[in-house]
Amino acid sequence: MLKKIRLTLAILFWVLITWLLVDFTGTAHAYLGWMAKIQFVPALLALNVGALLFVVTLTLLMGRIYCSVICPLGVMQDAIAWLRRKKNKYSYSPAKSTLRYTILVLVCATLALNVAWIGGLIFPYSTYGRIVSTCVAPLYKLANNGLAAIAEHYNSYAFYEVDVWLKSITALIVALLTWAIIAVLAWRGGRTWCNTICPVGTLLGLISKKSLHGPVFDLEKCNSCGLCAKNCKSACINVKEHDIDISRCVMCGNCMEKCRQDAMHFGNRSGVVLPSSSGKGSEEGTGRRAVLTSLALLAGTALAKAQNKVEPKTTDGGLADIIKKEKPKRKKLITPPGSLSIRNLRTHCTACQLCIDACPNDVLRPSNSLDRFMQPEISYERGYCRPECNRCSQVCPTSAIQPVTIEERTAIQVGHAVWTRDLCVPVKDGKPCGLCANKCPAQAIQMVPLQAGVHQDGWHWRDADNQEIPREKVLLIPVINEEKCIGCGACENLCPSNPLSAIYVEGHEVHREI
Amino acid sequence: MDRRDFLKFSGTTAATAALASCGVQNGNEDGEVDYMGHHEGPIPTDKMTYRINPKQGDKVSILGYGWMRLPNKKDDDGKDIIDQEQVNRLCKFALDHGVNYFDTSPAYCRGMSEESLGIALEASGYKRSDYFIATKLSNFSPSQYSLEEGIAMFERSLEYLRTDYIDYLLLHSIGGGGMGPVHQRYLDNGLLQWLMEQREAGRIRNLGFSFHGDVAVYDWAMAHHDEYHWDFVQIQANYVDWENEDKGRSGKYLYEELVKRNIPVVIMEPLLGGRLSKVPDHVVAHFKQRKPEDSVASWAFRYIGSKPAVLTVLSGMTYMEHLEDNLRTYSPLEPLTEEEQNWLEEETATLIKSYPTIDCNDCKYCMPCPYGLDIPGIFVHYNKCVNKGNVPESQQAKNYQKARRAFLIGYDRSVPRLRQANHCIQCRECIPHCPQQIDIPRELQRVDNFVEKLKQGTL
Repeated sequence: MLKKIRLTLAILFWVLITWLLVDFTGTAHAYLGWMAKIQFVPALLALNVGALLFVVTLTLLMGRIYCSVICPLGVMQDAIAWLRRKKNKYSYSPAKSTLRYTILVLVCATLALNVAWIGGLIFPYSTYGRIVSTCVAPLYKLANNGLAAIAEHYNSYAFYEVDVWLKSITALIVALLTWAIIAVLAWRGGRTWCNTICPVGTLLGLISKKSLHGPVFDLEKCNSCGLCAKNCKSACINVKEHDIDISRCVMCGNCMEKCRQDAMHFGNRSGVVLPSSSGKGSEEGTGRRAVLTSLALLAGTALAKAQNKVEPKTTDGGLADIIKKEKPKRKKLITPPGSLSIRNLRTHCTACQLCIDACPNDVLRPSNSLDRFMQPEISYERGYCRPECNRCSQVCPTSAIQPVTIEERTAIQVGHAVWTRDLCVPVKDGKPCGLCANKCPAQAIQMVPLQAGVHQDGWHWRDADNQEIPREKVLLIPVINEEKCIGCGACENLCPSNPLSAIYVEGHEVHREI
Repeated sequence: MDRRDFLKFSGTTAATAALASCGVQNGNEDGEVDYMGHHEGPIPTDKMTYRINPKQGDKVSILGYGWMRLPNKKDDDGKDIIDQEQVNRLCKFALDHGVNYFDTSPAYCRGMSEESLGIALEASGYKRSDYFIATKLSNFSPSQYSLEEGIAMFERSLEYLRTDYIDYLLLHSIGGGGMGPVHQRYLDNGLLQWLMEQREAGRIRNLGFSFHGDVAVYDWAMAHHDEYHWDFVQIQANYVDWENEDKGRSGKYLYEELVKRNIPVVIMEPLLGGRLSKVPDHVVAHFKQRKPEDSVASWAFRYIGSKPAVLTVLSGMTYMEHLEDNLRTYSPLEPLTEEEQNWLEEETATLIKSYPTIDCNDCKYCMPCPYGLDIPGIFVHYNKCVNKGNVPESQQAKNYQKARRAFLIGYDRSVPRLRQANHCIQCRECIPHCPQQIDIPRELQRVDNFVEKLKQGTL
């Protein structure tokens, strides 16, 4: 019975949180945003006291039930292990305490050093987020696009098409690698990852040692058949000693369900005498974390398309080829409004990719840079940070991107536009343009004459010698008021100069309000 | 239906019946009009209405086939190409049902139209003398202004059309940009003189021009009729613009100038590129109440076909169903009563003009836009939304949420994002190409402002 309740809740949580991660319409977040916010690491980084108290209390009452129900990575491992249809596949093994505590200490150290992404590589929620974001979300979007095509056929607007694109090859590789490691471990030994690598598992394990309730042997009934141990995915039941390593137990209930003697109960653990602990936290690092160091960084690929020149128009119809935009070389990173500063983002973001999947304008993508690995960064080749959108700030569970309203968002300066003379259409082609000024939501761009001394006199244009010149002879170029520019990238994204825009955005280390 | 409408309705029916029994048919040989329920059953092959061009006695079908809006399909690279197989079917079907006038241009369909027509006509199995070919000197680009380029264009037309003479040759779309381009394209380089020589030699059987835009150019052409002897003239006319303050757009003015000089009239855009058939439900009801079985489009064709000086009415029929509907309308033509004519010119025109659609006929003369925009795609989407009631005036509109979603999702479906109105840089290169004199950049900006307001929720 207990197991059934646990299983139902676990599946419900797992499905909903996965939906939360893949949803691009913003629907899920309105109802399910709390599911990301009660995840342990996000709650810790956001200093979300309520959520932390909830998890700690839950663990003190019922052990690591969190790992079996709330943690999506844990449930995913259970699902993988369940696929292996072999009976009695587990056996007891002693705790790898040195490894567990070393990792916990190291992760705490990286957090103290204000680098959240290193821990983020193994934090359960962000690991799961990356797997879903890179592998599941594209499939979800493709399925949506299929439905959109059907809807279009029936003239319905129930679904709309979205772009599916590879946001970062590095994030994909990292996600696939972690998934492979975790899957193999889960297939072979159930919750090995949770009980050796996962720092949240280790920490909750420490807390659960004080847990009020948990599985307890009924020594009078137990015939030491060992069936419980053979079905314990945490490998934490020592039948010979009748001892359960509660720090590794995830409260799955398998042992109780399998016991034919009814000798295992969920009950009060106060009477249980702990045998001498088999391991302690060790300050001495093992120094072996090949997983992390072996991650080679691959350069992002830019799709450079062959340039097609537009021939002079002699016939009607047809569409001109459009050259794809390339990412400019920015000196400084642009981070989303609400993230306060590069530093704040770096120290608080566990790279769960929730914001990246939530971005409806294809602006956010995982960073490839080492000091903020897989954390979100902004670029404007596919869209720009639209003035009516604040979704990333609404979904972030860790306070790396703090909630901002639409009004606040349009007053936050995340960067400023920079003009590149030689690429600008009026300079390069001698044609009038002004699209950037036209589309700037902050009215931070004005058009001024390219030619020196040319000025406007009522309805007329005059040159430096005050001679009137025809309107069409006057070429105007954009000038930027950096004080007003909010760095939204409308100018960069819409600039007709391709593949590189004549106007692009440089980020600000610390955001300002204008 | 109130009493007045009912009386009108029954009056019309009676008048039509009377007309039908008299068998008043322009150039129709058997003159029998018992063809009322022409929406059912097979399309007659021998009832097409014909008009006579007095010059050489050409017996021209009142329905002409415009070779500009051809059906497309995707090639291996995903680019649009003409669906020649379907085009051949349409061509053969039209010929089989009495259509004998085909109007093309070197500029149409990315330059593929003439060749496509040549193939289709040859594949139809009909003799060259069974049909008339109209094509044009479409030397719009300054790079084509010389006499040599003009002659080369004409010779290429013959080659593509697999023939050694052209029945109807037009100076393509004079009037845009005033007299300047006329001088540059046809007069100063001696090209018009050369064309007249070809007419003498019989390689061009009829020489004329098509007109859009500045009425001064039209008046100049009329004033010089004695010199150039226009054998026919192609104008845009329909009931919405029959009377227009701008003479260059007024079908009535253009038409009457030709009648005065006994010049046969070829009509283009009788349906304004479909804008007079894709109308709001309210307007559909307005038409259907009068004749529930007749298509909305048929009114436009009957209207203009009823003008006696009209030689042929061009229609760019993309789909077989368009062709079938038009064949039914004109096999034979049932002329409008005077009452029906007034009803179209006044009540109906006012009603249609009350919708804020953009005057785009989707002719694609503006394309390709050098910055990649799909200009007609944007306008067609906008007009479609106007007609469907999906262009809300404010957030207070009662269908605002639904209309907003339909507009925005439909916009992304109809026009790829990189080709939408927000990419227009206002370079104004499209403006001289538009036969409807639309200020394209301004209209694009209007559409984009609307889109921004929908997206930002500030409407």
